[in-house]
Amino acid sequence: MTLGSIAPALAESHAEAGHEETGFDASSTILGHVQDAYDWHFFDWDNHPVSVPLPVILYNKEQGTLDIFMSSRFEHGHAEVNGYQADHHLHTITRADGQAFLDFSITKNVMSMLIGVALMLWMFLAIAKKYTRSGAHVAPKGMQNFLEMCIVFIRDEVAKPNIGHKYMRFMPLLLTFFFFIWINNMLGLLPGAANFTGNIAVTAALALVTFIVMLFSANKHFWGHLFNPPGVPMGINILLTIIEIISLFIKPIALMIRLFANILAGHIIILSIISMIFIFALMNEVAGWGFAPVSLAFTLFMYALELLVAAIQAFIFTNLTAVFIGQSVDEAHHPDEAHGFEGAAHH
Amino acid sequence: MLPSILTPALGLFAWTLVAFIIVFLILKKFAWKPILNMLSERETTIANNIAAAEKVRAEMASMQAENEKLLAQAREERTQLLKEAKETKDKIINEAKEQAKVEADKILVNAHAQIAQQRNAALVEVKNEIGNLAIEVAEKVLRKEFAEASAQREYAKSLAAEISLN
Repeated sequence: MTLGSIAPALAESHAEAGHEETGFDASSTILGHVQDAYDWHFFDWDNHPVSVPLPVILYNKEQGTLDIFMSSRFEHGHAEVNGYQADHHLHTITRADGQAFLDFSITKNVMSMLIGVALMLWMFLAIAKKYTRSGAHVAPKGMQNFLEMCIVFIRDEVAKPNIGHKYMRFMPLLLTFFFFIWINNMLGLLPGAANFTGNIAVTAALALVTFIVMLFSANKHFWGHLFNPPGVPMGINILLTIIEIISLFIKPIALMIRLFANILAGHIIILSIISMIFIFALMNEVAGWGFAPVSLAFTLFMYALELLVAAIQAFIFTNLTAVFIGQSVDEAHHPDEAHGFEGAAHH
Repeated sequence: MLPSILTPALGLFAWTLVAFIIVFLILKKFAWKPILNMLSERETTIANNIAAAEKVRAEMASMQAENEKLLAQAREERTQLLKEAKETKDKIINEAKEQAKVEADKILVNAHAQIAQQRNAALVEVKNEIGNLAIEVAEKVLRKEFAEASAQREYAKSLAAEISLN
């Protein structure tokens, strides 16, 4: 979320606030901006939202009907479409009659992800073509050089030390995780963009992939240690098994929450600092103008930090996935090392 | 009440899962596999090249050592040859000198002998010549002395007188 879209949107909130007495509601503005929406809203111009409508796909479970239409048909919450209603900012869709429905709409986040995915496919298919065309013995150039550096980093610093000699099997997954998260994190930082990786549904989906890969790559040794820890008395054995099973589920949940919270927090902080201009402006116009440079300086700082966080969180997610996979495929040679790493990574 | 921020939306969840898996499968087949293969191929080549270069360097070093050894050997041989040549030269010179001396001595001895021989021959000739001359002179003298018959008789008488005296 984004500098560019924030200020005019806040101005709109400000204008609305003019009608009511409540003033500028920073928390609802910020939450509005980090939420998913059914259209891609850029800014308001002369009190009219400038936005790109997106397809809405709804399946009514009780009637068994599928509705596909553009979100512009809601007319910013003023119109009802086939019994569906939306709020003014198109954040939620509800049914007045309370019938249950499934929502597979191409929302702002889905759209953002599709852009990120297209970018990824274009980038990597292009450089893969470069490799296959010019062969292995030509030095990489430009973007290929940079991406190769990242790929080699994931291989040598993430996959090899955490997974061991079976690392090559998991390299495609780890690379996809790293670049998927990183590119989408960066896209989220663009002005007017979505808060895709700061959405819990997204991180839940990614963590689910890690969880499934963890379970399916686990060997006998892993399950043996999980259900029957060697060398412990019966009572503690039961306790340990319970703890181990809980920790099995905590691993992906921690992944999910970490990425979600980090990205969301970054967006909220930037939005909060920007909102402070308007909070000050409500008290006094001079204070608002006076605080603007301070706020901009803070925002720039946070932006730089968020650029760093975008890469770091992608790395951490990938690295922890590698650690978990490493535990699943570990052959009991060096359990201390593996546990030590997990402990360090959790902190 | 918490906003929808903490409740995952099923649609977004499903789309993310599907998109991620599709991207994973496409990139795995068409990007990651070729890229990773190329990278490891290149690394193997580079490692091999480095090993080969190292080997060549070691070979060069050993060759250089060998060269050095050969050079030293050659130098030693040259010194040896020079020394031998000098010795040979000295020997030849000495031999030549000796031979020359022997030859010279021989020539000298020969010369001496020849000189002595020639001198003897000359002496003999001179003696013969003197003898002949004396005989000739004696003949002439005798011829003159005994030209008259009275002288011959007188001489014979003196000779006979000498004999009778004995």
